[in-house]
This record gives sequence, C-alpha cells and structure tokens, in this order.
Amino acid sequence: MTLETMSFGKALNAGMRKALEDDPRVLLMGEDIGALGGVFRVTEHLQRDFGPQRVIDTPLAESGIVGTAIGLAMGGYRPVCEIQFDGFVYPAFDQITSQLAKLTFRHEGALSLPVVIRIPYGGHVGAVEHHQESPEAYFTHTAGLRVVSPSTPNDAYWMIQEAIRSNDPVVFLEPKSRYWPKGEVDLSASALPLHASRVVRRGTDVTLVGHGAMVSTLLQAAALAEAEGTSCEVVDLRSLSPVDYGPILDSVRSTGRMVYAQEAPGFTSLGSEVAATVMERAFYSLEAPVLRVSGYDTPFPPAKLEGEYLPDPDRVLEAVDRALAY
Amino acid sequence: MTSADPAIVRVLAADGAYVPSPAAEEYLPLVDALSDAELEQFYRDMVVIRAIDTQATNLQRQGQLALWPPSRGQEAAQVGSARASRPQDTVFPSYREHAVARIRGVDPVAIIRLMRGLSNGGWDPTDPANGNVRLYTLVLGSQVLHATGYAMSLVLDGKAGTGDPERDQAVIAYFGDGTTSQGDVHEAMVFAASFRTPEVFFLQNNQWAISVPVSTQSRVPLVQRGHGYGIPSVQVDGNDVLASYAVSRKALDEARGGAGPRFIEAVTYRMGAHTTSDDPTKYRGGDEEAAWAEKDPIVRMRAFLEGRGAAGSFFEDVEAEAADAAEDLRVRTVALPDPEPEAIFAHVYSDPHPLMDEQRAWRARYEATFETQDGGQA
Repeated sequence: MTLETMSFGKALNAGMRKALEDDPRVLLMGEDIGALGGVFRVTEHLQRDFGPQRVIDTPLAESGIVGTAIGLAMGGYRPVCEIQFDGFVYPAFDQITSQLAKLTFRHEGALSLPVVIRIPYGGHVGAVEHHQESPEAYFTHTAGLRVVSPSTPNDAYWMIQEAIRSNDPVVFLEPKSRYWPKGEVDLSASALPLHASRVVRRGTDVTLVGHGAMVSTLLQAAALAEAEGTSCEVVDLRSLSPVDYGPILDSVRSTGRMVYAQEAPGFTSLGSEVAATVMERAFYSLEAPVLRVSGYDTPFPPAKLEGEYLPDPDRVLEAVDRALAY
Repeated sequence: MTSADPAIVRVLAADGAYVPSPAAEEYLPLVDALSDAELEQFYRDMVVIRAIDTQATNLQRQGQLALWPPSRGQEAAQVGSARASRPQDTVFPSYREHAVARIRGVDPVAIIRLMRGLSNGGWDPTDPANGNVRLYTLVLGSQVLHATGYAMSLVLDGKAGTGDPERDQAVIAYFGDGTTSQGDVHEAMVFAASFRTPEVFFLQNNQWAISVPVSTQSRVPLVQRGHGYGIPSVQVDGNDVLASYAVSRKALDEARGGAGPRFIEAVTYRMGAHTTSDDPTKYRGGDEEAAWAEKDPIVRMRAFLEGRGAAGSFFEDVEAEAADAAEDLRVRTVALPDPEPEAIFAHVYSDPHPLMDEQRAWRARYEATFETQDGGQA
C-alpha cells in the first residue's frame, strides 16, 4: 500500500496525469486549462508537462468543446473535457444529450464514444449565479451517459482514471467545495469499481444516502446523531447512473429507515429515483417512508442565502427524527 | 444571385453553354482536365440519384417510409463536391446528401433504413465500403462540430499537410442555409480557424429553411460568413456541376495540403418539399419554382454534353440505369425486415450496463407471460 495525503483537487490532477502517461490517446481540453491550470487549478502544470497538443486550451464555447471532442473520439482519441462551472454546461446540452449520449446507439454499436465531461458542481463556495448548481438529474435522465461523482481524494484519483478508461461517455461531477480538504490516497490499488456505491459509516437505526459534497454533511449528521443515541449508516452513492443498489438495499433491510440528502432541487431528482426504487424493492423492510432532504425547488439563491438553501446536518437530522417517529 | 454576379464561380450557363464567369478563370484548368468519361459520370450520377430520390419520395407517399427529404435540384452541388473528394477523405453529411453518400459508397437502401424507421443510423461509417461517410445528423449543425473535431484529430495524427496527396486527408462538412444560423456552425468555424483544420465547410444554400427564406437567415450573402472567421471562402453556382467540382477540388486539395479550412457556398435550389411532410405551396410561388426549373442542373449538363457531341445512346443508357436503380430501391425497400426488439437495448452503451440487463430480462419475462403452454404465442 502506497499512501499519500493530498487534496481532492490534487488527487484529480494526479489521476489525469497518470491517464495521460498511460494512454497517448488521452487528451484534456477546456477553457483556461493550460497555462492557468484551470480556474480551480485542477489541471495545473499538465500542459507544461504534456504539451499544448494533449492539454488543449479551447475557444470559449462549451458546445464547441463537447462537439469537437466527439469528432476527436471518432478519430480515436479519448478526450476529457473540462466545463468551467456547473451552470456553464447548458450551451453544450445538445451535444451531450442528443449527440454524445446517442451516437453509439445511432451507430448500432459500431462506434464507442469514450469522452469524459468534467463538471465542478454544487454550492458552499459563496459564488455568483450559475456557479453553484447541481445539474446531475439532467444527465442521469439521459440514456447513453454514465454519471459519477467522487466524494474523497482517493475516489477522485481512481474514478477519474476509470472514467477515462470507460468506453462510454461519462459525466464526471466534481463537488467543488471538496476540492481543498485533504485525505489519504492509496496509489497502489483501486478500492472499488467505478459504478459501486459504498458504505462509509456503519450504523443500525437509519440509513443516510447521498452523493458528492453531501456525503461529508451526512457524516457530520451521523456524528451528531450518535451523540444523541441514534446510530446512522451512511452510504456514498459514488455512481449516479447506473446506481448500485446492493449496498443501499442491504442497509435499508437492516435499518428499516432511509433518508436521501442532496443539494439539488428535490423535484424529479436523483433522490426521488433512489427513494422510489428502495420503496419498490425493500417495501416490507421499511418502518417509515423514505424521506428526502434537498435544495428547495427554486433557482440557487444569492450566495448570502446559500446556507439557508443547502441541506446542512440539522436538516438531515430533522428528517432522521421524522423517520424515527413512525 | 444573378448571372451578372461577378464573384460567383460558374462555368456553364443555364442553357449548358460553356461561358465561364470572371471568378471561374482560375478554376478552368481543373475543369478542362476532366475526361469525357468523367463528364459523363457526373451526368450519370445526377440522373441516377434523381431517380432514386423520386422513387424514395413515392415510397413515402405509399406508406413505405416514415419520411423522405428530397434532394431534387441539389444534384450538381452534391455530385461535384463528392467527385472532388479523395477516397481517404471523410464526409460529415446533414440529411439530404443522398448523392454524396451514394457516390462515396453508401447503399441508398441504408439511408432507407433510417427513413423507414428501422435504425436511427442506417450504415456503419467505420466499414470502408461506406467511403468514410459518417451518419446523417438530424439536429441541424451538430455534425459540423463533429467534422471539425475529426479534422483536429487528423492534425494531431499528422494525417494532413505532409504534401503527399495520396495519403493526406481532409474532411468535408455539409450543411444548409438555415443551419448557418446555428451556433454550432459558428463555433465549428472558430475552432477550425484556430486549429487550422484540414476541412471544407460545404454550404448548400437551397434558398429555403423549410418555409423561411434565406433572407431571414442573413442580411449578407452567406459566403461572407466564412470570411468573418478568416476562412478563405468562395461562392459557386451550385447548379453547375463543373463549377461545383472545381471549387471543391481546389478547396479540398488546399485543406488536405495543410493550408487550413475552406468555406464554399453553393447556390442552389430545393426543387421539392423540405421533406415529405412539407407543403411548399404554403410559402412560395410557382413563378419562383418555374424560374429555378430553368436552371435545373441535369438539363444544363445534358445540354453541355449534347453540345460536345455525346451520343443519344449514352443518354438512353443512363435513363435505363436510373430506372433500374429506382426499381431496385423499391424491391429491396419493401423486403426490409423490421428490427428485433432486442435492438432497443443492444447498443445504448458499449460496456456492460446493469439497467439494460435488468430491463432486457424484465421484457423477456413479460413476453413469456403471453406464451401458451405448448410454447406458442397466445
């Protein structure tokens, strides 16, 4: 085991460096990813070390980035596109949902599209409009895409490499508020497959499920609950499409209660889908309805109000109390 | 666009007379180098694809196809540009490039598979038999960015600009006047200019985006769009197959040779409906259609060949080939089998996917509930 402590952002950088070293067909492309190293510095020094033909500063056009990445993939490359912020992905929506996602089907299997779309997403960074959104449901609703979101530096390091190795397009959602906290990365061996969910804390009374930055909120809530005598199990979804239901169902069959927490608006959200499936498959194990804790069904508010909007440990615990009250 | 327009490249007048425009001068060596056999092939291509196109339109009227977008009237622009391409080039069509596809090697019945509702694609672009023709793209303009990205891969791979015309590759992207308003086309030209892609933007200005005239798409001739991105651009009479061939040949040669992208506006006319679902009588008059019928690309080329002394038997031979191709299309279209339901799940992803496995298995169980005890269908 080779353990190294690094931030989530550095782990992503190291993972992409490894992918660039391992496969000469891997390219990075996006706005400001070269000399600047990206607005979050996630690609720092990669252009310096791999050259401007493998780490490509593109014109400022998201549809152009994804559309040309598709053409590059047709030419045998494995492009990794950086979308600068969550709210900037929509100009590329047609290229992602109508082209990238559907081209393998349109080709009746004759063409694979190994393209990764990296999107820093989510709140907690006090930014202006379009910089704190959680757009995952748009992409999980689209057949042909895979959608993942790591929550730890170790997952960031390994999941970016596995996403790049995938022969299908992957929307890779990076919880930007987690870019800076450090954690241990095991450089010697990947722990889990790309599409596996994982129990990150054991407990017996209530199952808490979430993805991305919300996993750390759930862990905080679990620690507070423990002090009050409630034992919470926490599951990190990791893969948003497809969802690995095994660990979630195992947990719910044991606890009988589940709360899903997410930053995104709750209406037709990932939490809605997971809640419905758990109800279908674990109905007789449930002691209470599956509850959701979400962002409100509003635009992401001005930054001074984000603390009111984003689910925090207290809102998670309020749902835990409701689940336990049945 | 009139015959007095000095900037347009035209070799043949509407009556088939060899009367090159001033702008055509530099292209004449390419035209004059064409053999009789090549000239006759251009004509043959146009007549045969029109017969196939007419047959497909009729097949839709008879309920055999969901939809057909006719290419009638645009044969010269398509045949000229396709015959100017080299085998190693790659074509990114929109959805009306039936002549281009056929010349490059795509079986017209493959296009029928798309339009009959059997496939969302129709053919395998990675099969060399299909002449590097990528699939039709129905969201207008999306394919132009794919073309630019593919051309970027040629630059990265050193597959253009080596100076070896037998090996260097180029990309040609087809789109229409309406599509020039799409952001993707503009972004593609930005990327192409920035990365100096070996690529020809081939615009067929057929005057109508369904019901909206080109004057609503642009206040200036569309050829000026290319200039705005620093891309050398030329306007050609798209109903003149010789001029269309020559400008395409030069642009593709330059792109292949590493000079960067080129833009061609081929001025033509969609003589038929936008698709079989369209009704042009709602938005354009018979006078306009009659005026463009006078400039029919096939009539023009036939008059030119007759003026050069082509034999009557040649034209009879071409008519017979066209009739055979149309009949062949009918016979093979109505014999096409419906896809198996498994096709719903088969190629959504390249790698294994649990949701596909689950839904495939569920469907099998559901279907099994309709089976009788002796194994037949209830």
